[in-house]
Amino acid sequence: MTLKQGVLDPQGKAIANALHALGFDSVVGVRQGKFLELDLKDDDKASAEKTVRSMCERLLANTVIEDYAFEVLK
Amino acid sequence: MKSAVIVFPGSNCDRDVAVALGRITGHAPTMVWHGDRAIPKVDLIVLPGGFSYGDYLRSGAMAAHSPVMTEVAARSKQGVPVLGICNGFQILTEAGLLPGALVRNAGLRFICRDVHLKVENTDSMYTRRYPRGQVIRIPIAHADGNYRADAQTLDRLEGEGLVAVRYCGPNGEIGEQHTPNGSARNIAGIFNERRTVLGLMPHPERLIEPALGGSDGRPFFEGIAEALAA
Repeated sequence: MTLKQGVLDPQGKAIANALHALGFDSVVGVRQGKFLELDLKDDDKASAEKTVRSMCERLLANTVIEDYAFEVLK
Repeated sequence: MKSAVIVFPGSNCDRDVAVALGRITGHAPTMVWHGDRAIPKVDLIVLPGGFSYGDYLRSGAMAAHSPVMTEVAARSKQGVPVLGICNGFQILTEAGLLPGALVRNAGLRFICRDVHLKVENTDSMYTRRYPRGQVIRIPIAHADGNYRADAQTLDRLEGEGLVAVRYCGPNGEIGEQHTPNGSARNIAGIFNERRTVLGLMPHPERLIEPALGGSDGRPFFEGIAEALAA
């Protein structure tokens, strides 16, 4: 989950400033987000994707301010 | 009037708001645990300030799905007034009872200090005891109070008079330099369409008598008492 483009990300901005202070001059932007690992017992990939999408919409992401992306691995 | 204060694990302003309601309305509220599914018949439901669930995932996100919130949403739909202060405001946005979201303060710091607020709309049970445009001073205490919504939502809130209070300078000046947390258009508190639901980041319950350092928060509760007196 990451803040949508256009939503101010003060933490990302602070991290970018810190990276600049360390000399990483090529950094032009940082977006901070969250990474979750979920263990599921769904039978197949399609069902797992459906489950995860529903979880993201209802709880894991606040779609007013955040985008989310996910990948189902076996 | 009867009221209920919902207590979540991590709420820490539940007692303050209970004292304010008890002293000013003359009726001590019922404290309702977040795990309860039933709320007694009341005229007002309050979601207090604090750090429900340790702000895990996002401030208010877990509390918004607490068992009691199904009933809070149902009562709100019936027109029962719901007041969310600080974490309560965050919970109301996460539960979809108010639009927008509250994100990390622009300066990244937790801010605990008095701020000036301009009362923008006095046509509500919460703000009726303030003169329109009055500047009041009450405290904020939050890390995630930066109000965000898309431009269309912000325009609608302003156009329909749903902005309750804005951060301002000591003389009521509005401008980016007067928002302590980066909130869009200096928004500190908003109503739902019917103005029965109010969410605000500042804490009126902390300044209800001179012994506490001021009483600018008192008219909020006097307004509630007056509107719901029966």
